[in-house]
Amino acid sequence: MDNLRDTIRNFSIIAHIDHGKSTLADRLLEKTSAVAQRDMEEQLLDNMDIERERGITIKARAVTVSYHAKDGRDYTLNLIDTPGHVDFNYEVSRSLAACEGAVLVVDASQGIEAQTLANTYLAIEHDLEVVPVVNKIDLPAADPDRVCHEIENVIGLPAMDAPRISAKQGIGIDEVLERIVSDIPAPDGDENAPLKALIFDSFYDSYKGVIVYIRVMDGTLTPGMTIRMMGTGAEFTVVDVGTMGATRLNPAPRLCAGQVGYLTASIKNVRDTRVGDTVTDAARPCAEALPGYRKVNPMVFSGIYPADSARYPDLRDALEKLQLNDASLSFEPETSIALGFGFRCGFLGLLHMEIIQERLEREFNLDLVTTAPSVIYKLTLTNGEKIEIDNPTNYPDPALIAEAEEPFVRASIFTPSQYIGNIMDLCQGRRGEYRDTKYLDEDRVELHYDLPLNEIIYDFFDALKSRTRGYASFDYELSGYRPSKLVKLDILLNGDIVDALSFIVFADNAYPRARRMAEKLKENIPRQMFEVPIQAAVGGKIIARETVKALRKDVLAKCYGGDITRKKKLLEKQKEGKKKMRQLGTVEVPQEAFMAVLKLDE
Amino acid sequence: MSPLGVYLHVPFCASKCPYCDFYSLAGDESAMDAYTAAALAGIDAAARVFAPRRADTLYLGGGTPSLLGAARLGALIGRARSAFGLSDAEVTVEVNPADGLRPLFDSLAAAGVGRLSMGLQSAVSAETAFLGRRHTPQQAADAVRDARAAGIGNISLDLMLGIPQQTAESVEQSIDFCAALGVDHISAYLLKVEEGTPFARRGVGALCPDEDAQADIYLRAVELLGQRGYRQYEISNFARPGRESRHNLKYWNREDYLGIGPAAHGCVGGARYYFPRDLRGFVENPAAVLSERDDEPLALEAVAARAAKGATGPEALGEYLMLRLRLAAGFDYRETRARFPAFDPSPLPRAAAPMARAGLCQINESGIALTPRGFLVSNAVIARLLDALPGAIY
Repeated sequence: MDNLRDTIRNFSIIAHIDHGKSTLADRLLEKTSAVAQRDMEEQLLDNMDIERERGITIKARAVTVSYHAKDGRDYTLNLIDTPGHVDFNYEVSRSLAACEGAVLVVDASQGIEAQTLANTYLAIEHDLEVVPVVNKIDLPAADPDRVCHEIENVIGLPAMDAPRISAKQGIGIDEVLERIVSDIPAPDGDENAPLKALIFDSFYDSYKGVIVYIRVMDGTLTPGMTIRMMGTGAEFTVVDVGTMGATRLNPAPRLCAGQVGYLTASIKNVRDTRVGDTVTDAARPCAEALPGYRKVNPMVFSGIYPADSARYPDLRDALEKLQLNDASLSFEPETSIALGFGFRCGFLGLLHMEIIQERLEREFNLDLVTTAPSVIYKLTLTNGEKIEIDNPTNYPDPALIAEAEEPFVRASIFTPSQYIGNIMDLCQGRRGEYRDTKYLDEDRVELHYDLPLNEIIYDFFDALKSRTRGYASFDYELSGYRPSKLVKLDILLNGDIVDALSFIVFADNAYPRARRMAEKLKENIPRQMFEVPIQAAVGGKIIARETVKALRKDVLAKCYGGDITRKKKLLEKQKEGKKKMRQLGTVEVPQEAFMAVLKLDE
Repeated sequence: MSPLGVYLHVPFCASKCPYCDFYSLAGDESAMDAYTAAALAGIDAAARVFAPRRADTLYLGGGTPSLLGAARLGALIGRARSAFGLSDAEVTVEVNPADGLRPLFDSLAAAGVGRLSMGLQSAVSAETAFLGRRHTPQQAADAVRDARAAGIGNISLDLMLGIPQQTAESVEQSIDFCAALGVDHISAYLLKVEEGTPFARRGVGALCPDEDAQADIYLRAVELLGQRGYRQYEISNFARPGRESRHNLKYWNREDYLGIGPAAHGCVGGARYYFPRDLRGFVENPAAVLSERDDEPLALEAVAARAAKGATGPEALGEYLMLRLRLAAGFDYRETRARFPAFDPSPLPRAAAPMARAGLCQINESGIALTPRGFLVSNAVIARLLDALPGAIY
């Protein structure tokens, strides 16, 4: 069995977005004959057809292939995919924990970017052997020498002999495979020890229940065994184990220490199979769980409401279905006077929020109204009680607040040096606190800022891209809470507070924010029968005001020759238009108005 | 049973005005003959089905009915008279102002026509030119005098409001022109740039006065017309007392009227039907109508059968209220209940109160009526009133 383990290589590919991670993965699969050229295409087609069942067939999160190396031996390579975004950092770290090495892909013209560094540091933290690869050498702007120097200078990895490849053209793929075999160590472990396996991914399959992806650290896993999830305490009887092929699961009699594979156990919900948890043998448990398990906590919250209130049950079903595959999505029912019944949802970050909203709309055909995203604020009340607020609705009377704190992030921004000024303006405008600037080379820098999370959850990324012509990249991690001056900003339409438009804002920003909100609402609320005063208020004091003037004239229809169909159509249109509006007291507010005020920078 | 109205649609025009999307064609003599023969047959068919009902209004609209010439018009009017009696009837023909209409007017008068509706649109030459009208204000004035001389005393002029470049002053000029001619009735329509018209293709909408300016022009027109003795009795219609269009009032009171001719609409006992916009189809089968409800073929007999039963359901009520709210008189609770026994006005005063405060409607003990400012936003006002009435559907 030692022999078996010697020929296993468990690795991830890490890269900044668009540096070619997926293309390299595809090439490695091709080269190892895991997928025939034809199947590759078929697989792609499958992707489109069964979008709804994203999971195994769509994007295998891990795949096992065999490779006949130049040393004459046959190796088992386990490629474990990682979600490449900061929102999923915890998931990334669990995937890396299942590996002994990582292939670091760097674009030969772009060089090191924010996520290159973030992911590399994560890999180094996990004691992984990092194998740098310079990709896209076929591009005219490629400068592999410069990029290799950059890797050595910035990351401190020897890189002068890094494979220089073009995944797209299939150049240098063999060299990458040889490096994986020669540089990345084989896993250790004891297959006779009590079972200890790491869950690094799981997804729901409507036939088999949850399919759990694991890396066995110690022991042996066989069907029929009763297993325990050490974090959640849940126990199950294993139905099936095996390895992941590129297009299907391959059942096996057992999984041993060092191996990567899957298990099924008639598990109904991914919540029972948290990423990072340890699987052990219920009859002979291991002494302690693998380190690092934590329940991931949402950082960004927003209210999600169906545009058509009759579809509330559909929204609930959709969220439940998404949660089957995404344990980090949280939601609980919420009621808004303005928007009716909906859900307060918690997300890992901005991207996660956008993905969920898009999936709800695309896969479940729902029209949504979302409220302004919020972070978690920590408040100490005058009676000493400490509370956490993620919903402006629950914001207490300011007189009762002794102290307020808001979350900050440490942001790193990679940019060509010519945009430093623009970025500094942007960050300063967002209450950023400058930390330092590191020159990567003459033309490229890494800026560090401490920023309130609150300031980046709206449109920071878009603003950054537009101020740097798309060249800057950005990454952040939560760095803790700091005291802050906060106020709750309320919006009143025709004198009534619209709860769904309230938000918590840094006190000094309240006035400009209030003015922009009022202007934006004025643009988005159509003239109607009565004048609509729009006011923004802090603690009952009006700080901004606009007015939507009353509608003077509709389209009038003749009833010429007794033909009343035109008038009827206009009335029908009136009725249809009304349906798309939210009736708030006497004011009709289009759904778009709720969304538009989220984009105050435009 | 109350007398019918009869509407004949004459789908011919010498040229198409660039704002118009009514059904009209440039017809030659043979097309007009074929049309006339079909319309005569259509009158006969309707008379057979609806016998023994009589009519007390006849309206020849278009298109440009005067293009048919005295002989065809005389034949049509004569046939309608023999079919529906037309005793003491209001008989109206639409005419475009032009030179030399006197002989035509003499024939029309002899056929019993007592009312003419003329498309003046504006008394300001720049405005009529923009509208693509072929006549001058002087020709219109001459035509009015010719009509009177022929013995047709009841004359209505059409005005257009909200034309590009139009101002409160130029509107006043047009209104004064009409008043000086001493006509009895004026229709004043706000220009609507209809899809598919040359005006729409030319982007005329963008040249028109904006929403607020149009509203100001309309309100000013209502005021000026009132000062000159033309009382507003419908959104776009103004008349000296007693000279309201009896035919058009049937539309707005949801009374029975027959439509005959391509693109004509009829409503009998609440059953609404229409002829497709298709001259050839009409010539082939002058009684082939479609139901407004589902655009499916409907036999006139079926219309008559429904009429016998009468329609008093929620849709009929909604339609009735919507139509009555076009009238300055609005609707009357008791009158409405007499026609729709299930009508319960109790939620209305409360729903109407904010609109009354905003000057959009008037509520009194007997009913609700829109004000001129309310007419301008009538879709919104009507929708809100009907939304408050569970027994009315629109």
